[in-house]
Amino acid sequence: MERRKFIKNTSTAAIASLSGLSLNSCLGDSKKHITILHTNDVHSHIDTFPKDHSEFPNLGGLARRAVLVDSIRKENKNTLLFDAGDIFQGTPYFNFYGGELEFKLMSMLKYDAATIGNHDFDNGLNGLYAQLPHAKFELLSANYDFSNTLMNGHTKPYKTYNCDGIKIGVYGIGIGLEGLVSKKLYKETVYLDPYEIALDSERKLKEEEQCDLVICLSHLGYEYEAWEKRPDDLTLASKTDYTNLIIGGHTHTFLDKPTIVRNSKDKEVLVNQVGCFGINLGRIDFYFDSSKNSIANGVSINV
Amino acid sequence: MNLKIQQFVIIITFILFASCKESTSTLSKIDAKYIAIDSSFVEIDSIENFVAPYRKRVDQILDSTLAYAPKMLTKTDGTYNTSAGNLMADIILEEANPIFKSRAGKDIDFVLMNHGGIRSIISKGKVSARTAYEVMPFENSIVVVELSGKSVLEMIDFLVNSKRAHPIAGMQIILDANNKLASLKIQGKAFDKNRNYHVATSNYLVTGGDNMGFFKGMLGTTDTDYLIRNAMIDYFSKVDTVRSVVDDRFYKQQ
Repeated sequence: MERRKFIKNTSTAAIASLSGLSLNSCLGDSKKHITILHTNDVHSHIDTFPKDHSEFPNLGGLARRAVLVDSIRKENKNTLLFDAGDIFQGTPYFNFYGGELEFKLMSMLKYDAATIGNHDFDNGLNGLYAQLPHAKFELLSANYDFSNTLMNGHTKPYKTYNCDGIKIGVYGIGIGLEGLVSKKLYKETVYLDPYEIALDSERKLKEEEQCDLVICLSHLGYEYEAWEKRPDDLTLASKTDYTNLIIGGHTHTFLDKPTIVRNSKDKEVLVNQVGCFGINLGRIDFYFDSSKNSIANGVSINV
Repeated sequence: MNLKIQQFVIIITFILFASCKESTSTLSKIDAKYIAIDSSFVEIDSIENFVAPYRKRVDQILDSTLAYAPKMLTKTDGTYNTSAGNLMADIILEEANPIFKSRAGKDIDFVLMNHGGIRSIISKGKVSARTAYEVMPFENSIVVVELSGKSVLEMIDFLVNSKRAHPIAGMQIILDANNKLASLKIQGKAFDKNRNYHVATSNYLVTGGDNMGFFKGMLGTTDTDYLIRNAMIDYFSKVDTVRSVVDDRFYKQQ
């Protein structure tokens, strides 16, 4: 009798707690919050610009960026930090140390991943390879085929991250190297069609990896004139099916806010880029709802 | 009774899990902004201290005085040639010729650079390696291109029409009052359209930079693998005084 009562009580308690759990996890009270931070084209700008600089007086600086990133991580532990390439070249730090300091500092800031920009080839594949031990973050590139180079196996096409039960898939897309980088530097790197590879990568991330959020790190450039016939982020966005955000680079475009592009399914894709030289940090907050009616309401985008 | 409760719990659990699975997380809201990295953020000491020894070494090397400039040199003090442009072109001719000679067994005939490639003035006073980084921040290297006499004439056409003082060395261009070519000398000798010439330039220009289309007709190239900036640093290390003036290498007769 006593035993039966105990079981009955515990069962009721179990039901109650399960209901409670379901209320928390299923009925909409549990908003999940992912923060994506990003830079691009930092070009070895480690120090703050001088106060008398004509273009960026007293702006930028890695030690300041570190403070900002730290405070955002404290505010939301589900924060990821990415870079869209051209980490190297632009100050004597690169000429002297070949990118060692850039990679070490990005590791100290706990960057999660970066894609490869054209200037990251400036010391050749050997130069990039030599700095890999200093990078505690992933190099993501889906459309540079390094199979026949010494970089083989040292980059990944994409990577997934699990933050608070939200699965985030990130893939990297690079710019065509011919005419931009000397062949001596990129050697046997094979360039694959960025649009084709991007669609393939996002499909894998959505359908096979079941990601809730798909992000592209692109060094294609924001936008080109049609006659230039060069792939760009705005066109890429319009062709995609699943990508939620393209973090761009290369064109040093200072956007006031991300551009919203309609993808092939008429859904919104954000294309963002934060200029260059570590002057700005991009911040995109994604809120996830578990209540069913959020599907009907769609996504509200505040940019 | 006991069994029923157990079953009930299992069923409820299953339903709850199933319902959870059905309503997986859905993206509902996106906020986006950028944050300017300005003086409101106080530097983290650990990062500052980490960078300090790297910076100290860079500063030591870049700021040690290599030479002295008695006058400011700029790319805006002349119409057809300028003090800074002439210096850069002269340095390339002087520093790259021994490399070209050892590789190709020939001499450079003349130099052509681009006006836009000079990124800074050279201030009056001490000249350091940092000066070279300021003037030439890019990793452009010197290449020597073989051009036919016909291509050289296209190049002269480009220079006459460009209205910019693109740096040259080793040649003299004189225009008449109507902007027509009055005289063209290369290495002090009259131009011969039936021979080929070796022009030292930047790899950037050869690969299509600044729309210098006449390089498309080039007959051959020799890489020196010598950065323009390094040529400047080597020159500054060699001389005591950095002098350059606007001269008669390219001018228009009145």
